[in-house]
Amino acid sequence: MEKLISIIFIYIFVENFVLQRFFGICPFLGVSRKMETAVGMSMAVVFVMTLATLVTWLAYTYVLVPLGLIYLQIVTFILVIAGLVQLVETVLRKISPTLYQGLGIFLPLITTNCAVLAVALLAVQNEFTLVEAVVFGIAAALGFSMALIIMAGIRERLELAKVPKALQGTAITLITAGILSLAFMGFKGMLTL
Amino acid sequence: MQVLYAVAALGGIGILFGVLLALVARFFAVQSDPRVEAVREVLPGANCGACGYAGCTNFAEAVVGGEAKIDGCIPGGSETAKEIAALLGQEAIETVPLVATVFCIGDNRMAKDLFVYDGIQDCAVAMKYANGFKACTYGCLGLGNCVRACPFEAITIGPGGLPVVDKEKCNGCGLCAKACPRNIIQILPKGTAGHLVLCASHDRGKSVTLACEVGCMACKACVKACPQEAITMQDNLAVIDLEKCDDCGECVAACKPGTIHPRRNLPVAAPRPQDQVAV
Repeated sequence: MEKLISIIFIYIFVENFVLQRFFGICPFLGVSRKMETAVGMSMAVVFVMTLATLVTWLAYTYVLVPLGLIYLQIVTFILVIAGLVQLVETVLRKISPTLYQGLGIFLPLITTNCAVLAVALLAVQNEFTLVEAVVFGIAAALGFSMALIIMAGIRERLELAKVPKALQGTAITLITAGILSLAFMGFKGMLTL
Repeated sequence: MQVLYAVAALGGIGILFGVLLALVARFFAVQSDPRVEAVREVLPGANCGACGYAGCTNFAEAVVGGEAKIDGCIPGGSETAKEIAALLGQEAIETVPLVATVFCIGDNRMAKDLFVYDGIQDCAVAMKYANGFKACTYGCLGLGNCVRACPFEAITIGPGGLPVVDKEKCNGCGLCAKACPRNIIQILPKGTAGHLVLCASHDRGKSVTLACEVGCMACKACVKACPQEAITMQDNLAVIDLEKCDDCGECVAACKPGTIHPRRNLPVAAPRPQDQVAV
């Protein structure tokens, strides 16, 4: 139990996927323009990451390890995650059109993201148990969501600020991301597994 | 042997997911009206919301479902209405193409500023401070709320600090008019016929003159000059009835501040009347 709690805090604050590990920078910059899309994306990430860690952990432990095929983990994980998300999308479309409309376009976007693959790989690398792996997936996704939502909030305010011409657009976004990352460096070393 | 395991494992997972996906696609298939997709294809796809629906897809669903009218897409105009009508087997309705027009020519040389505004670059926010930094409380602040509202990039802030409408790109959806906190932008039928009084000020003569060199000071010279009686005074502002206007240009000659302009040649940076070059 103690380990689960420390996993949650470590991967939300100390080892934040976006701000400390620099995974998933693409959606972090791409969909953080508006709060609405950032929240939609966050929900999709939580959804996909949790499912992905669960299924990839099972595939790793019960297929790859017994057959001695650990070197195939990256290929297998990509295959499993892509297939899984497609499956969930089809089911979701039928069962809950509202949820599908909310998550719809974000689900395929996040599938091939490096953050999702990283969750799967790190879960087996750290030799987590199944429960730990799933909690790790949720925590990493929450950390990602937090970074994304903070960034969206800052960028919505930045829209109204007078930015020097040379720094407008991507430049000021990257500077903002850098400063945000620096701020989170403050958590470094507070907790370790 | 090891190679065979690898092939079998990856191939097995691949086939498993393939079969699962095929089964799921079969049992969870969603019946959708192919006409919705067809209607969606002919719409402009800007998701501007001028039709009253959240986006083009929602409008397409509403049209096919019979909730929305086929000419509901303002940016698409007659063209789109015709195409939708053809798809749904209905009669086409002719619509009048529209264009946004900015009713202020008080650019940064003509209209005086009261103070230097250095705050948030947004017209509505700027108006919170002493009702705007311009001496004229009706004139365009030029901070570009209309520019940001336009999904078609048809409005830009011109050299004089006033919005300029690109008549080719503009299709009269009216989002800029809604975004303007001073209601300076009007949506008019497209065309070049007629003259317009390009001022939105309802102030009386002297205060207009003090604030802006090109404002309508309600002198009524144009009303008297117009042979068609197309010009009326509405709350200290001359308004030209485009139906009656026959483009004779008498009002332009009569207007001392130079507020009236022909629609075929709307000013971009509002040159002063005295240094206007005869065309």
